Amino acid sequence: MKQLKLKIAKNEKMVPGFFKMRIISPYLAKASKPGQFITVRCEDDTDPLLRRPFGIHRILPDGIEALYEVKGKGTEILSRKRSGDDVDILGPLGNGFDLQKMKGKRPVIIAGGIGVAPMVAVAESIGASDVIIGARTKGHILCEKDFKKLGSRVIIATDDGSRGIKGLSTDALKDLLKKSGDEERVIFACGPNPMLKAVWNIAGPLGIECQFSFEEHMACGVGACLGCPIKVKESGGHEYKMICKDGPVFRGERIAW
Amino acid sequence: MVDLSVKIGKLRLKNPVMAASGTFGEVYGELVDISALGAYVAKTITFNARQGNPAPRVCETPSGMLNSIGLENRGVEYFIKERLAGIRKYKVPIIVSVAGESAEEFASIIKRLERERIDAYELNLSCPNVKHGRHIGLIAQDDSAIKTIVKKVRRVTKRTMIAKLSPNVTDITLMAKAAEDSGADALLVANTFVGMSINIDTKRPRLGNVVGGLSGPAIRPIALRMVYQARKVVSIPIIGCGGIMNYKDALEFIIAGASAVQVGTANFVNPKATEEIITGLERYLKKEKAGIKDIIGSIRTA
Repeated sequence: MKQLKLKIAKNEKMVPGFFKMRIISPYLAKASKPGQFITVRCEDDTDPLLRRPFGIHRILPDGIEALYEVKGKGTEILSRKRSGDDVDILGPLGNGFDLQKMKGKRPVIIAGGIGVAPMVAVAESIGASDVIIGARTKGHILCEKDFKKLGSRVIIATDDGSRGIKGLSTDALKDLLKKSGDEERVIFACGPNPMLKAVWNIAGPLGIECQFSFEEHMACGVGACLGCPIKVKESGGHEYKMICKDGPVFRGERIAW
Repeated sequence: MVDLSVKIGKLRLKNPVMAASGTFGEVYGELVDISALGAYVAKTITFNARQGNPAPRVCETPSGMLNSIGLENRGVEYFIKERLAGIRKYKVPIIVSVAGESAEEFASIIKRLERERIDAYELNLSCPNVKHGRHIGLIAQDDSAIKTIVKKVRRVTKRTMIAKLSPNVTDITLMAKAAEDSGADALLVANTFVGMSINIDTKRPRLGNVVGGLSGPAIRPIALRMVYQARKVVSIPIIGCGGIMNYKDALEFIIAGASAVQVGTANFVNPKATEEIITGLERYLKKEKAGIKDIIGSIRTA
């Protein structure tokens, strides 16, 4: 982990409301793992105040990319930055996905909304997978090509049915698991909490290993302020772990859903 | 070399800059030189472990943030066994922040800590996220509760004892006097302001605990005013705290009468904040051809 003042190499709109920023940093390229995140100070001022966390979208030979949704003042300011502008980055932070022990299991990547951001780094590390992208409308679908380039089968689910299945990404997951029969699976998912919980409710009882990346508001990003708790099971009861430091990736069976 | 050293009770700090309790940790050693700080202030401990409050625990507000962590910690024994040795390696004075629900709990934690090599205690009388036994509101909102606790702790330790006051009071001077009269060696002015924020779409509070403590630059002018007021009524050193982001902010508190400062929220925004404040103070003192002691309380109001 380092705090670095870096230059933005590229910051472009992907679809309305979603931007991709490329940062050149050999350090981040080398140190980052899929599922880790960075925090960015969007402005040298006090409003917005806190750093914004972004999942590492792609790990390149000489840097990283972050894919982000413009949700408020901080991301709005960030989206107006141009290549050559300075940016204050802290990272890489948290623990990434465990991509080592897949042992011939076929991976399923499930991404809801901006949760697709870290999943491209996962896909680029593990190769062809089954990918389910959940989005509000066809205009909100991101990264489909990135997954297809790797030879992945991509299933789209939109809330309004404007593309792919009309419904939730979890409906698509049920279908996929039904069709794939006895093939052993491992699931990597990132998205809103209700989506992750729904994935666990489907896959948990089937004994499928699930690794979930959680999103939460954060202040420090390094485990000091204890501001981003998640309830995990602990002998006989539960305790809080920090999403920034102990996560953002947790195995499904650890979470006290 | 400029002289940045200050005295807080029996404690000599090589410079007046500390990170506030609960906003820092050993993990920051990867980002700043912790051994360069005036002292290391450990996160508040209670006698037994506390789980803390449900999520969400933090939310941003204009030039500030709200938190309702709820003093999550693993208790005094865990701190001594698992954390203390790690903190000692920075070779800076160690200040342990302590909170209890009663004077007895404060005293028992400190009695236990007396057997360890620790330099000073910060009595957290002012956490807005914890309910206190018999008290309505915060200990630090009741001058008689401040007196009871500070006196009780004074009887069990000769070490430097810093009373961390709350800004959620009508008259800070009353609370400052109460702490000084009961034997506190220094005051910390101040903790966070109680506040809240609501999501208008869901109509839900943005904090799991509904209300929480407001910190950051938004509160700085009020905290500064309280340091200025407290300075007039006590003779013990005051540590200023509230929205300090850079060395200029720190100087405002020092000029108003603070002998040292604590930096909290700024650590989240810029992990190098404490280090940058120390070098900023050095530059300022060189320019002023002064030592830090010449600047403390140097406010001109005439």
